[in-house]
Amino acid sequence: MKEKAELVIIGGGVSGLGTAYQLAKRGFTDIIVIERDYFGSGATGRCGGGIRQQFSEEYNIILARESVRMFERMSEELGQDIGFRQGGYLILAHTDEEAEDLRKNVNLQNSLDVPSRYMEPEGALDIVPELNIDGLSAAAYCPTDGVAQPFLMIKAYVDKLKEMGVELHDHTEVLDIEVENGEIRKVITDKGEIKTNMVLNAAGAWSRDIAKMVGVELPNKPYRHEIMATEHMKPWLKPMVISFHNGVYFSQSHDGEIVGGIGDPDEPSSYNIKSSLEFLERFTSVVVRYIPIMRKVKVMRQWAGLYDVTPDARPILGPVEELPGFIQAHGYSGHGFMIHPMVTKLLAEYIIDGKTSIDIEPLNLRRYTSGETIQEKNVVG
Amino acid sequence: MSDEKIVCRCMDVTVDDIMKAINEGYKDIESIKRVTGLGRGPCQGKTCVPIAIGIIARATEKHPDEVGYITPRPPVKPVFFEMLAEEDSE
Repeated sequence: MKEKAELVIIGGGVSGLGTAYQLAKRGFTDIIVIERDYFGSGATGRCGGGIRQQFSEEYNIILARESVRMFERMSEELGQDIGFRQGGYLILAHTDEEAEDLRKNVNLQNSLDVPSRYMEPEGALDIVPELNIDGLSAAAYCPTDGVAQPFLMIKAYVDKLKEMGVELHDHTEVLDIEVENGEIRKVITDKGEIKTNMVLNAAGAWSRDIAKMVGVELPNKPYRHEIMATEHMKPWLKPMVISFHNGVYFSQSHDGEIVGGIGDPDEPSSYNIKSSLEFLERFTSVVVRYIPIMRKVKVMRQWAGLYDVTPDARPILGPVEELPGFIQAHGYSGHGFMIHPMVTKLLAEYIIDGKTSIDIEPLNLRRYTSGETIQEKNVVG
Repeated sequence: MSDEKIVCRCMDVTVDDIMKAINEGYKDIESIKRVTGLGRGPCQGKTCVPIAIGIIARATEKHPDEVGYITPRPPVKPVFFEMLAEEDSE
């Protein structure tokens, strides 16, 4: 391990590795990335890989739109397939109120160049002919939304970063961060110490613990979200199907598994990532209601991961007022994978240029004390 | 020397694929599962994971215990949706 680095990134998921890549691409390679477990062992490797631009809030729509543009070029840019497939996202509404929300969101998305469209339930049959539309009030579809394979994404970043000369350490734990006179001096790991003045906190649901090392309190809370994959099938389900009515989402990955999950509003905040039978019962009940032929499909495996949730369901990005060298990149609240390309590009801009092409100030930690928060409503899973 | 012997029959992973991952610096079974895809098919690693652990242990000169083990994912065998779903809610 190098003795010093310009920047130490804590967390080997897409937030940390993505930022390392965006920096290295611009020639900033004096970086050490520290991952406690294997790369992608946190939320990245456990997520559904969905990439959606259909948000309710302008800022998230822009981050997602720019990220999709970056995902489209990523396999080529990194020299490795990331399993990106644009089958769109089909959102199903049950009530008149949900239909009205969809219509409003589509209008906002269209005004921001996101090609989503609102439709009557019958219209959804053109996209998923197997769908049972009984009880649905409306649907929305955006053809440029899609999915990518989280582990292929991680592998592509890891290989590229090594090639670019960035030092990566998996199975390495950060034990402490030394601060002196309001400046970071050192990151202490179980494999050695690194002199540095800058740390990127990209530790997902464990970012709280990292922040505590330097006396910063974060409002993030971890929540278990369960997910499953079916046996492999020939491609037949084009879009990711989701509903904010019950928090369900499912799509077919590029290798033929259907991957999906469903949120549980009663899930308490904890670091529990055990799998439950109750989840499978709830999930399969909702899915066969939408797609009756799924009765004959088999669940192959299930697992769980943690959403790193903030009070307004939006990420925390950028420096901390009292310790400017301590930069935040977490709190993605269940939609980190999909917006990470643009977010990490902006973080790289902040680190190199001190300013960003899209203002990240609205996502600074200080919004929780200044009271200027805007809630993102469109969260699933 | 190339070795095309299949280790994971579900996901079509060979000895070579595993050796390649080891040479890239992955030395534990959890990482190698993610990088090669082994153990992620219908048998969920029941056949291939012990074999892969043996290969990794030999190649890295470690005791098999140090290579680790994957977290077993339920269900033990694939289960039809209709056996899990409650359909009285219509």
